Formats: sequence, C-alpha cells, structure tokens
Amino acid sequence: MNIFVLLKKTFDTEEKISVSNGQIEDDGAEFIINPYDEYAVEEAIVQRDAHGGEVTVVTIGDEDSEKQLRTALAMGADKAVLINTEDDLDEGDQFTTAKILEAFFEDKEPDLILAGNVAIDEASGQVGPRLAELLGIPYVTTITSLKIDGEKVNIEKDVEGDVEVIETSLPVLVTCQQGLNDPRYPSLPGIMKAKKKPLEELEIDDLDLDEDELEPKTKTTDIFLPPEKEAGRVLEGEIEEQVQELVSLLKNEAKVL
Amino acid sequence: MNFELTKEQAMIKKMVRDFAEEVIRPRAIEIDTKAEFPKDIFDQLGELGLMGIPFPGEYGGSGGDTLSYALAVEEIGRVCGSTGLSYAAAVSLGASPIYYFGTEEQKKEFLTPLAEGKALGAFGLTEPNAGSDAGGTKTTAVEDGDDYVINGEKCFITNASFAKTVIVTAVTGKNEKGKNIISAIIVPTDCEGIKITSNYDKMGVRGSDTAEIVLTNVRVPKKNLLGDPEKGFKQFLHTLDGGRISIAALGLGIAQGSLDKALTYAKERKQFGKPVSSFQAIQFKLADMSMEVELARNMVHKAAWLKDNHKPFSKEAAYAKLYATETAFRSANQAIQIHGGYGYMREYEVERYLRDAKLLEIGEGTSEVQRLVIARQLGC
Ligand SMILES: Cc1cc2nc3c(=O)[nH]c(=O)nc-3n(C[C@H](O)[C@H](O)[C@H](O)COP(=O)(O)OP(=O)(O)OC[C@H]3O[C@@H](n4cnc5c(N)ncnc54)[C@H](O)[C@@H]3O)c2cc1C
Ligand SMILES: Cc1cc2nc3c(=O)[nH]c(=O)nc-3n(C[C@H](O)[C@H](O)[C@H](O)COP(=O)(O)OP(=O)(O)OC[C@H]3O[C@@H](n4cnc5c(N)ncnc54)[C@H](O)[C@@H]3O)c2cc1C
Repeated sequence: MNIFVLLKKTFDTEEKISVSNGQIEDDGAEFIINPYDEYAVEEAIVQRDAHGGEVTVVTIGDEDSEKQLRTALAMGADKAVLINTEDDLDEGDQFTTAKILEAFFEDKEPDLILAGNVAIDEASGQVGPRLAELLGIPYVTTITSLKIDGEKVNIEKDVEGDVEVIETSLPVLVTCQQGLNDPRYPSLPGIMKAKKKPLEELEIDDLDLDEDELEPKTKTTDIFLPPEKEAGRVLEGEIEEQVQELVSLLKNEAKVL
Repeated sequence: MNFELTKEQAMIKKMVRDFAEEVIRPRAIEIDTKAEFPKDIFDQLGELGLMGIPFPGEYGGSGGDTLSYALAVEEIGRVCGSTGLSYAAAVSLGASPIYYFGTEEQKKEFLTPLAEGKALGAFGLTEPNAGSDAGGTKTTAVEDGDDYVINGEKCFITNASFAKTVIVTAVTGKNEKGKNIISAIIVPTDCEGIKITSNYDKMGVRGSDTAEIVLTNVRVPKKNLLGDPEKGFKQFLHTLDGGRISIAALGLGIAQGSLDKALTYAKERKQFGKPVSSFQAIQFKLADMSMEVELARNMVHKAAWLKDNHKPFSKEAAYAKLYATETAFRSANQAIQIHGGYGYMREYEVERYLRDAKLLEIGEGTSEVQRLVIARQLGC
C-alpha cells in the first residue's frame, strides 16, 4: 500500500508563546510535530505493518522542519519529503498548502493519505479536505478507527463525542483524531536508522509552481494573545442575595444577559 | 569548537524527556514512598533501546555515544532519582565492563541480554570493610579445576535483586610484591550459594534496588573471568571513570529538575502582594542555581565528549561528578527553601530531590574520593 502522511511543524502550545508586532516570535518557541499528525504517523506505520507497502511523510516548511521529519522516520516511516518554501513564499494559507500538495501528488498514486484533524497552531482543519477535493478522492475527517480490507475501508468517526460508522474505499484521505491510537516513542535503534533513510527536499519550482498561483486567498489582519485570565470572585451573603448579585453582574458588568 | 547536539542526540533527548514526563513522572512519588523498584519501567526502557545506548548493534545495543547516554540519564534523573540511579548503574556498572573487557564469547552471552534490556546487570565492588578503599577487598576466588570458588560478602549493590548477572570483584592471588591481585568475575545470580537480600531502609533513591550479596562456595567457570586476570583493579577504576559521567549526568538532572520546580513555584507564589520571584533574595538564588546547572552541564558534556573521542577523561569525569552532584544537592536544598513550608512536604517533590541527591555525593566514589582522584591527576 502506498501511504502518505501530511505532517506540520508547529510550536508547542504548552510552552510560552510570545507575540510581537502581530507575529509569533520564533526564537523562544519550541517546535514539535503537530500532535494530531503524530496519530497520523502512528496509524500509517500500523497500516503498513499490516498490509505492506511504504510510508512517505510530507511536510511543507523550512529547513528546520527536517527535525520533525527525522522524528517521523525514527518512529518508523520509510521516506520523507520536505517541500521547502522558505525562500519562495512570504505567506500562505490553507489554499496555498493544498495547492502545493496537489502538485506534489500529481505523479503519485496514493492509496491512503493521513493527516491530522487540525494543526494546533491555526486549527483550520482544512488542508486534508481541500487536498482530497483537489485530488478527487473521498475523505473522512476526525477518525478514531480505521480498518482496511482489500479496497474496502471501514472507519469510525468522532462526531462531537458520538461515533459515526462509515464505509468507503481506497484511495481515501482521512484526518486523525485523538483516540485513534497511542503514538509510539521513536526508539533508539529507530533514531539511529532515521539518519540513513531518504529525505528528499523540493522547492515549488520543482513542482512547476510559481508564487502567483499560490497567493493566499485569505488575509491575516492581526494575531494577539487572549487577555490574561483575571482572578475569580467569590460572592458572599445569603444565597438569594448572591443570585441577585450574580444576575446583576452578568447583566451590567459582563453584559452577557 | 561546536556546542550543538547532533540531530540524533537532540532527538534522543526529546524522546527520553517525553517518556520521562509521561510515564515516569506520574509515578515518581509512589516509587519513593513504596520504595519499590519499577521493573515495568525498565522493561519499557529496554524496548525503546535505552538500556543499550552506548553499545554497538552486534551486541544488542543501539550504537549511540556516551553523550547520548548522558542526555538520557539527565532526562530520567530530572523526574526520578531512583529510576535514574538504577538506569545508570545497569548500563555503566552492570553492562559496560563486559563491553570494555569481555571476550567475544562473554559479550555475546552476557552483554547482549543487558543491552537489549531483557535483563539487568549489577556491579559488586563494595564490601562491609572495603568502600572507598576498594583495594581492601576481602572476597576471594580460588581456582579449583575449571572453576573459581568464590566466598565473601558485598554490600550496597544497586539492582542486584533484579540482576541476571553481577560482576563481582575478588582476590585471586598475590603478585610478586606480595600485594593482592583483584580480578572481576561475571557471576550469574542463579548460581548455587548466592544469597541476595535488600533490607536497607534508605534515605533516598528508595525505589532503586540496593542489596547485600553473600557468596558461599559459589562456583563459576574460569571463562567467566572478565578481562586481564592481573588487571582487575585497573579495570574497575576505568569502569568507575565512565560510571562517574553517568552519576554526574544524574546529578545534573536532579539539579535541573530542582531549578525547574523552584522557578515555576517562585513565579506563582505570591507573598506581600507579589510573586516571590520578584524579591531579589529569591532571584539571586535562582540565578545561582541556573548558572551552576549550566556549568555542570558543560562539564558533563565535555567529559562525555572526551570519552567519545578516545581522549583521556579521568580528571574531567571526576570534575563532572564532583561538581554536578554537589550542584544537585545545593539546587535541591535551595528549591526547598524557595518553596518555603510547602517544599518540606512530599507532594512538592523537592524534598525528595534533596534526599536523592545526597546519594550521588557518596556512590561511585565519595566527593572526597573525587578530590583525591583530581589531586592525583595534578601530580600530588
Ligand atoms: C544507594 C547506594 C548504592 C550503591 N551502589 C553500589 C553498587 O552498585 N556497587 C558497588 O560496588 N557499590 C555501591 N555502593 C557503595 C558505594 O560505592 C560506597 O558506599 C562508597 O564508595 C563509599 O564507601 P563506604 O560507604 O564504605 O564509605 P567509607 O569508605 O567508609 O567512607 C566514609 C567517609 O570517609 C571518607 N574517606 C574514606 N577514605 C578517605 C580518604 N582516603 N581520604 C579522605 N576521606 C576518605 C569518605 O569520603 C566518607 O566521607 C552504593 C551505595 C549506596 C548508598
Ligand atoms: C513542619 C512545619 C511546621 C510548622 N509549624 C507552624 C506552626 O506551628 N504555626 C504556624 O503558624 N506556622 C507553622 N509553619 C509554617 C511556617 O512558619 C511557614 O512555612 C514559613 O513561615 C514560611 O511561609 P510559607 O511556607 O508560606 O513560605 P513563603 O512565605 O511563601 O516563602 C516562600 C519563599 O519566599 C521567600 N520570601 C517570602 N517573602 C519574601 C520577601 N519579602 N523577601 C525575600 N524573600 C521572601 C521565603 O523566604 C521563602 O524562601 C510550619 C511549617 C512547617 C513546614
């Protein structure tokens, strides 16, 4: 089976993030594999081990994205592709990403493409579905179980806590939700082997694309951190007084009623 | 000169940190209070290839270097001193001597299961009356046909109750000057005549197994003699040099863990209407701690680098061990101070860091012995 994983490098939202001039500061940030993409890598490896074939991990990023790709290789993926847009694109959005991936997949014959449900940085959840549309293949988002039998694919999908059971066929694109699996730690032998595995680096030129075609369709006007959470307030007095005070605060101060 | 980790080293550090945070940290308090060796964690460390980092693949190892191994010890030590000590002892003391001095056959038979993480190893040097003065070893190994017959007593041996093999040092004869010849012998723990008990009620590293070994007419084949029969003493000095890097790395981990906890707490804890981190008295403590942690790290990494590059490293390993373990003790102590009364409580973990750190100033050569080693290197 020809399996591909779409992987994004994101900053670690558990670490401190600072914003200056409407930009997230790269310097202090820790970069990781988007956690939902880790489920995708794990699932790809599990499916390959069950059905044979090869896992290729693809990322669009910069030189530093090699680190996340090597980690996926250390987990057990076979090949990695870095589409480096650092020198060519100043900005991009989900349209840009999907368009580049469409070009990348033009001469590939994927049976299964796995992506994360969302990337934790921008959380649009669009790249997978957009790419599937462009490639003209079915897609299922937020999956929590994947069973493949020949061409037949049985999927369980998380729908806000409920489960939807879906049957489809290969080739298919899925986006992975928490609960699908437990991503493995890259083992020591895996890490040592990763450096010998192929990692191909491409630029948009190599995909016969140019900047103009990739112009984002959206514009980011501002990026800011949520206001710092203020200390809560404990109301005092008789219950009735407290209720009255609460209602009046909700009306007059918070203005939500 | 280059202070940057290689991609592999960075990846190993990240993987071990993730594993330590997710698997070991939630259990660290319980490992200490119950004083139970977390065997299942060691099985997982084995599956991840961590038990064999510095050994080549042909003996079941992962083919990493000393620096990668030191990074792994640091990351484990940062969350749990007990697990860190047993890990460091298994690799540096239980397995390394077989790799350095073993015959091809011994490596295949005894090193492979240790490096693969399928079994644990231990190193039995210390005796009730031979601690710092290892030359005072009383245990004897007498030749009898194709065997050695070993009699004696070892104390404070890490991992022994869970070990498949213990490397035991014993007097095998006298040299022409009439001095005892001390050799190292690989003793499988299922031999008849071995009694291993762990009854110590320890101050710290309570989840690390520490045992007493009594050997009564224990027979092992002569081929289990490790390395040069005449140079057993030199060999274990070399083993301890390497082991010191790992104990230094463990000290570094505890120091870093103490700093992390103290810094987070100082920023959150408010007194006099302000976070205590805004008081200069606390800031200066944190500044000193973070400086010392970084200095310790530089020394640990340098000693590991020297070893990896086949340069002499005895003195630097002693510097690293002495400085990093004393830094661990100071940092843990200051971390408690910064936590105030809460730091005295188990739940906040820094009191455990102090208890665990204390062992590091004693095991694998006390701080005094490190100073002796350094002074000797200075030609004193
Ligand atoms: C938890 C734990 C785990 C251990 N694990 C192992 C293990 O796996 N394998 C193993 O073989 N051993 C192990 N040990 C033993 C450890 O290595 C010894 O405890 C240590 O070497 C000190 O020896 P000692 O306890 O006999 O102290 P002593 O040697 O009696 O020292 C007492 C004091 O005298 C000082 N001193 C001694 N000689 C001198 C000198 N010449 N100059 C100045 N000061 C001196 C020492 O520094 C110390 O302060 C372990 C110990 C503990 C507590
Ligand atoms: C076993 C035990 C028994 C106790 N018994 C009693 C008792 O019987 N009765 C009782 O009332 N209390 C008791 N206490 C509480 C004890 O007195 C407090 O823990 C102590 O006063 C410190 O307060 P804290 O723990 O809130 O630390 P904090 O005040 O939060 O201090 C945290 C750190 O900040 C430092 N700090 C705080 N303010 C400043 C500043 N302005 N400038 C510089 N540094 C600052 C502190 O020195 C400390 O290092 C006990 C505590 C323990 C652990």
